[in-house]
Amino acid sequence: MSELLRIEDLKVSYGGIEAVRGISFDVKEGEIVTLIGANGAGKSSTLRTISGLEKPVGGKVTFNGEDITGANAADIVAKGLMMVPEGRRIFPNLSVIENLRIGAYLRKDSLDEDIEKVYEYFPRLKERSWQAGGTLSGGEQQMLAVGRALMGRPKLLMMDEPSLGLAPIVVQGIFEIIRQIHDAGTTVLLVEQNANMALHVADRAYVIENGKITMEGTGKELLEDEKVRAAYLGSTSGN
Amino acid sequence: MEYVISVLLSGISVGGQYALIAIGYTLVYGILRLINFAHGDVFMVAGLMGIYFTATMPITVSIPLVLIMTVILGFVIERAAYKPLRSAPRMSVMISAIGVSYLLQNTATYVTGGQPMTYPEIPFLSSTVGVAGTQTKWVVIITPFLVLALVYLLTLLINHTKVGMAMRAVSKDFATSRLMGIRVNSVISVTFIIGSALAAVGSVLYFTNYPAITPTAGAMPGLKAFVAAVFGGIGSIPGAVIGAFLIGICETIIKGLPSSWDVSVFSDAFTFALLIIILIFKPQGLFGEAATDKV
Repeated sequence: MSELLRIEDLKVSYGGIEAVRGISFDVKEGEIVTLIGANGAGKSSTLRTISGLEKPVGGKVTFNGEDITGANAADIVAKGLMMVPEGRRIFPNLSVIENLRIGAYLRKDSLDEDIEKVYEYFPRLKERSWQAGGTLSGGEQQMLAVGRALMGRPKLLMMDEPSLGLAPIVVQGIFEIIRQIHDAGTTVLLVEQNANMALHVADRAYVIENGKITMEGTGKELLEDEKVRAAYLGSTSGN
Repeated sequence: MEYVISVLLSGISVGGQYALIAIGYTLVYGILRLINFAHGDVFMVAGLMGIYFTATMPITVSIPLVLIMTVILGFVIERAAYKPLRSAPRMSVMISAIGVSYLLQNTATYVTGGQPMTYPEIPFLSSTVGVAGTQTKWVVIITPFLVLALVYLLTLLINHTKVGMAMRAVSKDFATSRLMGIRVNSVISVTFIIGSALAAVGSVLYFTNYPAITPTAGAMPGLKAFVAAVFGGIGSIPGAVIGAFLIGICETIIKGLPSSWDVSVFSDAFTFALLIIILIFKPQGLFGEAATDKV
């Protein structure tokens, strides 16, 4: 499998505080890779930096063979990297279908087929096509956020805490969709506090603590690891 | 009766001219949460350009040129004075806007020598017409229709085009808009371009009615248009338009009251008193968002 994303010694700071302190990892084409870790470990900062929302103070981000370190967010999207942001961030004043269309903002071809595909994944969205995004429930908004990102036909889909604040049954559904999206050929980089769900779906996983990667392995290996079980599965498996 | 009609006509007309300026305030506020204090002065500069251009060029060239130059001015102001402060506190951007406002006024004083300049007669717009027994300029009749047509086009743009969708998205969430591939700075520029173009149209209409232009000639109409935008609920386009028509009509009615009452000199004070009363009962304005949760 060829390498799609490579992160080398990435460092990110906010106002002098180092959130990410030299992280290196990679995502190969066709994989689901997850970064797990506690709140404030630096997972979200890593994703936001890869997607161009934050500028790193050090390190290198290579996507599909190109150096995208510190590039403009729009240029990164144009290369086929889309992110589902933490907290869903649906545009509340845009209708459901507009939220989908805006995910394909840089595309100039017809969107009808892609919209139909998103509606197949999430029939609930079709029923609410003309409703304002802000009127949807949390779970529906997460579906919309995922659908919106798919509209950009990403090579790599990054998701920041898709399970956050959702009922367990809804989380199950979202992870089922992540699996389907992956099976349909999209590479996924997933950041989660819900380590149990994330490790079950992931091919490979990295554990982040205090801005550094402390462990890595296949999803199965980490699920069986004593330290991971104690730190991340004991307290959060009930999420 | 004829007197009442003529007062109403000129109220609607001046209201329409305020509306064209007010849209510029409300659009920029909607996206940047910035009161663009320089907007009234951009309107004044458009007026001065109208004088200088028509002095040397035919009307068919000079009016489009005023439009283009005003748009460039608005674009350059945003890029030079506001964009570098994108991540600064909102108060800093506001102070930058006040700075630009004075820069434009002082430059106008330098160029004109501070003397009031007279806006040229625009053929057709300046000629008189009889309506319901009163004589008025064509500009008074045309303004409300032109304003409504432009507002209709603007609404189409915002609700049914890709760039309009991007404007609505950016007005809610910069970061997520960028994650969609939207170039936020370009969308902001588009906003300033639209606002400046409408102010340029407004300047042609307004100064045909009130032809004396001094370097501070943009201040009062600018302030009234800003008030109209707040009155209608800042950020809302229909709000700004309705607010502007209401303020224009109220102001002309007060000015038109019998001279023995001696109140016309207070017309601006009455306008602002009206605003205060409305805002006491409806703090977010007629069509404003209940809470502005800028994220």
